[in-house]
Amino acid sequence: MNYTGKAVKYGDNVDTDVIIPARYLNTSDPRELAAHCMEDIDKSFHDKIAPGDILVGGENFGCGSSREHAPIAIKASGISLVIAKSFARIFYRNSINIGLPIVECPAAAEAIEESHEVTADLDAGEIRDLTTGQTFKTEPFPPFIQNIISAGGLVEAAKKGIIA
Amino acid sequence: MGMTMSQKILAAHAGLERVEAGQLILCALDRIHGNDITSPVAIREFKKMGFEKVANPDRVTLIMDHFVPNKDIKAAQQCKCCRDFANEQELESFFDVGRMGIEHALIPEEGLVVTGDVAIGADSHTCTYGALGAFSTGVGSTDMAFGMATGKAWFKVPSALKFVLTGALPKYVSGKDLILHIIGKIGVDGARYKSMEFTGPGARTLSMPDRLTVCNMAIEAGAKNGIFEVDDVTLAYEAEHAKRELRVFKADEDAVYDATYEIDLTKLRPTVAFPHLPENTHTVDEIGEVKIDQVVIGSCTNGLFKDMKEADEILKGRKVARNVRAIIIPATQDIYLKCLEAGFIRDFIEAGCVVSTPTCGPCLGGYMGILAEGERCVSTTNRNFVGRMGHVDSEVYLASPATAAASAVLGRVASAEEVMK
Repeated sequence: MNYTGKAVKYGDNVDTDVIIPARYLNTSDPRELAAHCMEDIDKSFHDKIAPGDILVGGENFGCGSSREHAPIAIKASGISLVIAKSFARIFYRNSINIGLPIVECPAAAEAIEESHEVTADLDAGEIRDLTTGQTFKTEPFPPFIQNIISAGGLVEAAKKGIIA
Repeated sequence: MGMTMSQKILAAHAGLERVEAGQLILCALDRIHGNDITSPVAIREFKKMGFEKVANPDRVTLIMDHFVPNKDIKAAQQCKCCRDFANEQELESFFDVGRMGIEHALIPEEGLVVTGDVAIGADSHTCTYGALGAFSTGVGSTDMAFGMATGKAWFKVPSALKFVLTGALPKYVSGKDLILHIIGKIGVDGARYKSMEFTGPGARTLSMPDRLTVCNMAIEAGAKNGIFEVDDVTLAYEAEHAKRELRVFKADEDAVYDATYEIDLTKLRPTVAFPHLPENTHTVDEIGEVKIDQVVIGSCTNGLFKDMKEADEILKGRKVARNVRAIIIPATQDIYLKCLEAGFIRDFIEAGCVVSTPTCGPCLGGYMGILAEGERCVSTTNRNFVGRMGHVDSEVYLASPATAAASAVLGRVASAEEVMK
């Protein structure tokens, strides 16, 4: 699990209402949701990012509603990985379930600045800020969760009989 | 080392003698539910998994509440998707317009979740049923799909915060003020991943509607679930509503908590959360002149009969201030009818309020009360994030029904004491 891209950075308590405002929840089409991703916090989100880029957040990223539309919108926007100081729990499990890679790493989330080049190797448990040369260690996922992630999400894991 | 109340319920549903915080377990579910926003995604994932039939059609509930009566064509399509699935799967409980209510008010009212259950719902406020002494938590649509297909869900066993309540709530102070006070104290991630367990002599003085409100907003402190110890109030409520046998669990004497908080209910004051986080709380005594444009009284947090009664006490015989729109939404058809019979609907209309059919509409900026640029709303709902109820430059102030009703009368954020003195 390797990811490389440019960082786009936000602060603490980025909530699901700004990730995807409820006024767009009358659809579940990933492309339509992606078109409005982050628009209430950053109108230039789509201009800033290219496919594969890495979203960096502060504490309690994804707090608020249980809408799976939030990680779906981020994933469909082309973001390859979300690094945050901490995640709200429903967003955390939704991301794992739909196969949006996320990782909790307070030191990396603090140090990495907007538009830095970042690379992450989650198997090795390492995030590297290529712009500054700093490296950060991450905790590996428990095997149970690793199995869901490597299957490509809960649906695939269920299909393959990995859990149930 | 003993187990918390939440851990004991989870262990029993995982077929395990004991569980520990951090352990990953697979639990049997007593109830799985979704709404018109989250269920269509779950139905899509369910079909992608290759499943044809839900494991237990008597345990799956779909409630159309967010954008109904259908606010637009897309919303209509989403409800149709749910309706078709409910018919195809022969679900016992499908609640459409005319029978529906706001899910977290309707589910306890209908006895669909009872004391001792493990329940998941594809809505973050599913934590509400902890008031009944059940373990219930919000999940996403894929978890709902997996739950429908297998009857199970995976959980990381939570550790817990213990809230020991003493005293009793003063006049015009309610469960809403208590939970806002707690969120103000511990922050919007103060209970992240954890259970919030409520106990003590003060907890026993709280009515069931107050407990439902407190547990409803556990998620606003980041909690996995909120839960009240089972007592006579629980059993009296369940005697009226439960249609299944109850299972009463109690935390072990030697259960370990990450922290214990003691709260004297007697000392609480009416509390308001200012924009743009529920932790940004102030008591009414610290509020200056904050003029408002709208008031909403309702939602899964405060749309129960008790909430309506508290609003009625303030609004009866008074008038909503000029330039304020007051929207009142009883949470279920049954509550609506009881309000009608009690004369509240007349009082509300004569005061200059509008009374709506049950809907989540305005709480999440869906419809039925969207805010314009620069407008302020006092709302009995649960979130005041940027843009939550409309324009990104609008503001939401979270408060109790009594405070919201008083604010409607005075045209500014105000306490019931000011109106009733």
